[in-house]
Amino acid sequence: MSVTKHRVSRVAAVALVSTVALGTAVACGNDGPTDPGAKPEVLVIDTFGDFGYEGLAKEFEQQNGVKVEIRNTAQLGDYTPQLVRYLATGEGAGDVVALEEGIITRFNPGNFVDLRPYVGNIDSEYLEWKFKLGIAPNGKLFGLPTDVGSLGVCYRIDLFQEAGLPTDRDEVSALWPTWEKFIEVGKQYRQATGKALLDSVTTAMGARIVQTGGEIFYTADYQLYKGAPEKENLVAANSKAVKDAWDLAAAMVEGDITAKVATWSPEWTEGFKTGTFAATLCPSWMTGIVEGNSGPENSGKWDIAAVPGGGGNWGGSWLAVPTTTKYPEWAAKLARFLTDAHGQVEAFKEAGPLPTNLEALANPEFQAYTNPYFNNAPTGKIFGETVTKIEPVIYGPRHADVRERAMEPAARLFEQGQLTREQAFDQFLNDVPLQGQY
Amino acid sequence: MALTTAPPQPSQTEQPAPARRRSVLLNKFDLKVSPYLYILPFFVVFAIFGAYPMFRTLYMSFYDWDLANARFDPPVFIGLDNYVRMLDDPYYWNAMRNTFGVFLLATIPQLALALLIAAMLNRPFLRGKTFFRMAILLPNATSVTAVGIIFLTMFKDTGVINWALGLVGIGPIDWHGDGGFWSYWTAVATMVDWRWTGYNALILLAGMLAIPRDLYESAAIDGAGAWRQFWSVTFPMLRPTFLFVSIVSIVGGLQLFTEPVIYTYGYTVRGGDRREVQTLAMYMYENSMVSFNNAGYGAAISWSMFLLIIMASIGNFLLIRRTAR
Repeated sequence: MSVTKHRVSRVAAVALVSTVALGTAVACGNDGPTDPGAKPEVLVIDTFGDFGYEGLAKEFEQQNGVKVEIRNTAQLGDYTPQLVRYLATGEGAGDVVALEEGIITRFNPGNFVDLRPYVGNIDSEYLEWKFKLGIAPNGKLFGLPTDVGSLGVCYRIDLFQEAGLPTDRDEVSALWPTWEKFIEVGKQYRQATGKALLDSVTTAMGARIVQTGGEIFYTADYQLYKGAPEKENLVAANSKAVKDAWDLAAAMVEGDITAKVATWSPEWTEGFKTGTFAATLCPSWMTGIVEGNSGPENSGKWDIAAVPGGGGNWGGSWLAVPTTTKYPEWAAKLARFLTDAHGQVEAFKEAGPLPTNLEALANPEFQAYTNPYFNNAPTGKIFGETVTKIEPVIYGPRHADVRERAMEPAARLFEQGQLTREQAFDQFLNDVPLQGQY
Repeated sequence: MALTTAPPQPSQTEQPAPARRRSVLLNKFDLKVSPYLYILPFFVVFAIFGAYPMFRTLYMSFYDWDLANARFDPPVFIGLDNYVRMLDDPYYWNAMRNTFGVFLLATIPQLALALLIAAMLNRPFLRGKTFFRMAILLPNATSVTAVGIIFLTMFKDTGVINWALGLVGIGPIDWHGDGGFWSYWTAVATMVDWRWTGYNALILLAGMLAIPRDLYESAAIDGAGAWRQFWSVTFPMLRPTFLFVSIVSIVGGLQLFTEPVIYTYGYTVRGGDRREVQTLAMYMYENSMVSFNNAGYGAAISWSMFLLIIMASIGNFLLIRRTAR
């Protein structure tokens, strides 16, 4: 994916948004499939970011004679409203759709086909906690796990060298066992180059909330409040994960180690090329985005080191089959094909999403895989080692919205010095109900 | 009427009486019904794409409506609660302030500039008239997203605007931050003006061209100079056109959406981290299409916008009619 492609798809998304805003869609019923086993000519799959399915789509076509059309949206924030529109009106969704962890609990499982009759008993093939999240409270299996987002830090070798820092990935990892040490490195980097080490506090906060884990914005039964619906009773106002993240942000602001660019903004996208920052938080799926933003001319300049402060999971998805599909059997077959051991290894090699299939994680090809773009970093080994240790954290139906639309804007204002920490935290809490209620 | 009393044609005299009566009936039908048939297509299209969504939205505004799961959890009737909620929702009033702020900041210079351009294009001895008239419409023919992205680049920290301001010793201004509301409003208003000034100038020019030349001749004979001619002849005669232009601007300005969305990176409809340029249309969208569960509230906001636009248009109509006297 190139930068221009990102831009174009964003423009397309905005254009779509404006068109749809003018005429609200009219709901229509769908009669459902006449023959669930019918063989389609084309299957459509909706994804966001980069799932690494190009090669697998061709393979599926060769094996089965069924063409697979990938409709990819660059950003989750644009993808979600589109998917809701499809599901709400019962029209337009792909035969297979991707559901991210921040939105999977947002949809009534009734929207999706029960996959059990098509895939059988495959539970033991996957990480246990991950597989369970694809099962509805009534026991219906509606989502097959794709990936998890094990954490790492992507850094620029050439910029580290200029700053007189070590460049070897093991030595870099040894530089920052803790976040305090990471901030020290940031100060050194600032002193040596006058530039910022990290892109923004929000990426570090995103990692920090999942490292602390437990309750973040919701209780285990998906409530925003503990007790009466008042501001001081918000889970977000009291959770340790949120407090840790804000403490980290404050330390980073004090150390002045960030470039203060908003994630996904043009400045951020360009920063990968121009070197306005030398490191960013890299959940495994982020490697594909770093590569896309930096472009082929910077191949070999990036590498991956361990994350400060221990492992954690950020992001990850499931594949589901909406009930509106005409070909549930083949759609389920495709979803299974993309998420079995072979599919997950291939997707990982193409774009970096980390397998959740135990066989894929044990696969020698996966473990030996080195990413040429990242200076031949053994990404299979780096991310694979931590993945089995990931502890599940509590997300809620709109975890992603609360993080991106309430916490991050407030944190950016604090980072830029427009608000004090107290003011910023207050704005964040004011936004939580609007973004978090469901 | 002329049609029915027309002298009978030779061929008609040969026809038997019933056939003749039929053609009379047909003529009558043609006269009474055809006009309605001619305008019917518009009303059919309007009913489907205009009236139906409007009243559907009104219906939704009385419900607690979750768009994502409405097929499984039926919406609940809550009467006027959505409208009451609007009254003490600080984000709603913030959006209202932004909408009017950008609207005024964009529209006043825009109409003044359009009037000036139109007056210049209306000068009798201007060379290359057609070229200029077409050229000023060009920004309007450009896609709004393309304009948005170019302006976004121009208003960057290191963009051309800050460079130009630097030449005269101002700046650099953080158009996405430091200046707060004003920096966002100015940037978005500039974008709107870039697209619409030429369009409005062309409509005003059309109005000017329709003013009879002899009025100017008489004025000239009476000794009126160009300035006096403009205020005493052109401006009063232009009033209906001006009314049209300003109502179109109100309708468009109060529904402003795409420009601010792109200016704030198109990623959220928040309009900046502090909602600096979130318009009513964006806040409506945030509730209906981002939060989904607030679709009923979003519908209520749509209706508040509708009423607002009608009120503003009527106010504008009265204002312009009064200055006419």
